[in-house]
Amino acid sequence: MIPEIGNFALMVATAVALVLGTLPIIGAARGNARWMALARPAARVLFLLVLVAASCLVSSFLHDDFSVRYVAINSTHALPVQYKLAAFWGGHEGSMLLWLVILSFWMFAVSIFSAHLPREMVARILGVMGLIALGFLLFIVLTSDPFDRLLPAVAEGNDLNPLLQDPGMVVHPPMLYMGYVGFSVAFAFAIAALLGGNLDATWARWSRPWTTVAWTFLTVGICMGSAWAYYTLGWGGWWFWDPVENASFMPWLAGTALMHSLAVTEKRSGFKVWTVLLAIFAFSLSLLGTFLVRSGVLTSVHAFASDPRRGVFILLFLATVIGGSLALFAWRAPKVGLGERFEIISRESMLLTNNVLFLGAAACVLLGTLYPLMLDSLGLGKISVGPPYFDTVFVPLMAPALFLMGIGPLARWRKANLPEIAARLKWAAAVSVICAVLVPLIEGRWSFLVSAGILLACWIFSTSLVNLWSRVRPAEGGQIGAKFAALPRGYLGMLTAHIGVAVFIVGVTLVKGYEVEKDVRMDVGDTTALGPYKAKFVGTSEGSGPNYQYLRGQFEILRGDKAVRTMYPEKRGFGSNQSEPMTDAAIAPSITGDLYISMGEPVSDTAWVVRVYYKPFIDWIWGGCLLMAVGGVLALSDRRYRLAQRRATDPELTATGAASPA
Amino acid sequence: MSSMRKSLAFLLPLAVFLAIAVFLFKGLWLDPREIPSPLIDKPAPDFRLESLEKPGRLVDRKDMLGKVWLLNAWASWCVACREEHPVLIEFARSATIPIIGLNYKDTRVDGMRWLAQFGNPYTTSAYDEAGRVGIDYGVYAVPETFLIDKQGVVRFKQIGPVTPELLREKILPLIQRLNA
Repeated sequence: MIPEIGNFALMVATAVALVLGTLPIIGAARGNARWMALARPAARVLFLLVLVAASCLVSSFLHDDFSVRYVAINSTHALPVQYKLAAFWGGHEGSMLLWLVILSFWMFAVSIFSAHLPREMVARILGVMGLIALGFLLFIVLTSDPFDRLLPAVAEGNDLNPLLQDPGMVVHPPMLYMGYVGFSVAFAFAIAALLGGNLDATWARWSRPWTTVAWTFLTVGICMGSAWAYYTLGWGGWWFWDPVENASFMPWLAGTALMHSLAVTEKRSGFKVWTVLLAIFAFSLSLLGTFLVRSGVLTSVHAFASDPRRGVFILLFLATVIGGSLALFAWRAPKVGLGERFEIISRESMLLTNNVLFLGAAACVLLGTLYPLMLDSLGLGKISVGPPYFDTVFVPLMAPALFLMGIGPLARWRKANLPEIAARLKWAAAVSVICAVLVPLIEGRWSFLVSAGILLACWIFSTSLVNLWSRVRPAEGGQIGAKFAALPRGYLGMLTAHIGVAVFIVGVTLVKGYEVEKDVRMDVGDTTALGPYKAKFVGTSEGSGPNYQYLRGQFEILRGDKAVRTMYPEKRGFGSNQSEPMTDAAIAPSITGDLYISMGEPVSDTAWVVRVYYKPFIDWIWGGCLLMAVGGVLALSDRRYRLAQRRATDPELTATGAASPA
Repeated sequence: MSSMRKSLAFLLPLAVFLAIAVFLFKGLWLDPREIPSPLIDKPAPDFRLESLEKPGRLVDRKDMLGKVWLLNAWASWCVACREEHPVLIEFARSATIPIIGLNYKDTRVDGMRWLAQFGNPYTTSAYDEAGRVGIDYGVYAVPETFLIDKQGVVRFKQIGPVTPELLREKILPLIQRLNA
């Protein structure tokens, strides 16, 4: 009965989405107030209906209702309860439903936090989002019904993919989708502005916080995915440039460019065409990512493309949404005026360069992701594009962006003075160069990439400090503390996020430069040296977890002759799949580096191939990402947004808090 | 003129997207996991090996000329083969064509014990102790399966376990066509 309720809720939701996607938009075009007024209630009802459907699926999982095909495929009686919840998005149908839940959640949020918007704008925004929801609802109802029955029911389910039975997987996909799908709000704002012809600074001010929220979620989501790959895949890698990762990274790149571009549009009413295009790109890349991951064109789970029906549907949807919005862009954008003029050396021009570099990087990732598919469909053979390509094109594109990151925030709008900037930054430059030489010397091995990475990281960090100092120094009167407290949160958010990038670069650079990776055959009693440590294989033991059997290795870690800790990597066999066990690496994290041990294959009764890695500063990678996200949160807590909420209609007030979080 | 050119520039994103969409559409009908074998539509490499079960008796590829047959590379140490085995047994029970095993880099004792334990779907198994024939056939992981026609030409190759779907949707139709 419960699955039928869920199914019914989805069907009613489809009808509501149809109403929401048509009447308010038509109403806005014709000035029909009653049709426009439908937008908010319809969006809220839609959210409620989708929530009902989602609860039905959750309930089916919790009750082990194996007469529901999706539940039978992704769960068992013995599955721990948190993974029964996570199994919701363990497969295709549930992932799509999660997408929809989050989309309708964002619609609900827009319907609440839009009191200050003109009704035409609200009608168009929610209408556009309603059309997107309609597409996804039709997709779910017609091709991917999670409530599909399996009759007669099976006695026991097939179990959730063991790789996904991990605390990270409980939180990672919703975070990622919050980000991905969150760009739909900025997208809807852009389309609404194109439709209404009011592409101006006000529009940018409205879309900015929504973009920042989505970007923050996406940053956390990608960060968690990377950490998950690090500790569950057993290879010690943190980024593989595989299509699924790229699918989430491309919207992030476009979204980062969008955030910066929005700043220019809001403050200088420039870059309007850029900003609207980037808003379309960010969401289009999210949709494309969904298509790439879900249609099977890149990572097919079927032996052959026996069911391209789903793929065709998403592609048609993609073509309608992206093609339609780009066509609208081509039609309306030429009429949008340019913003205020600016000189070659100015904050605008640096942000423009930033836009171009980020978009270039996104295009390179897109090309690398689709290139194998293009060759294959032209009959030119099968190839795969791997990290060498991505590293080669990505690093040179990002390096100038990182350099500009040091200067941009200090440059004046419209016309900046190069000698003045140089004078302010000479100490930062000197410190960076010294660090770039010192760090490789201390580590004892010279490497150009390490030196360059440290140079850029120190550059970003020290210029951020110079920037901060210029705002709080007591020279022109006033206490440092009081001045610091008075700094706008948007500005602090920008600094924090930029410092996060510096921390991230330190992590990447030092791991790449100085990691130690040993795949060794170890017998019980053997010892292997590892960075400043030694690892001794003590032995193995067996046991069982809640729904798996494990074989656990025991390793004593020595520093000098003193034992500092014991580590327990595991091999876990789930259910009937004992022959291909999962690897659960043992990791001893510290701020200066991780020890990482994972069990490979047994070579005799007592000897194993063991992967023992030392990963210096690797946690800085995720620490840096989290700092970026903290920056996003700080920017969102800026006073002007709180004021904007309180005194929604007074444009004077909303403008006062405007600092320069570029 | 220049405004015309400017308008065209605004169409560029749409044009790029449409080009990508065409590739994505074509991509839907391709299988990213399919690895083409250079052996497809080429004569199957010759071999002449001792039989696993009856040492001294020879298994010769030339003896199979005139028949459509399957060559299945397996080993007792191969975990995926164990998964595939019931499918082959089922197939052997109902099929009209012989399955020749290629016992790859194994020992006679282990191979025989394995067949005794899990059942024997093979007409006979060729004992490729050194893996020489496996190399000729480009085997890089067992199990691998080749469908060879009456003229001794390889018509299909599967890397990894044969599944019931694969049998039903690819191999059986192909056998029917080759036997027609």
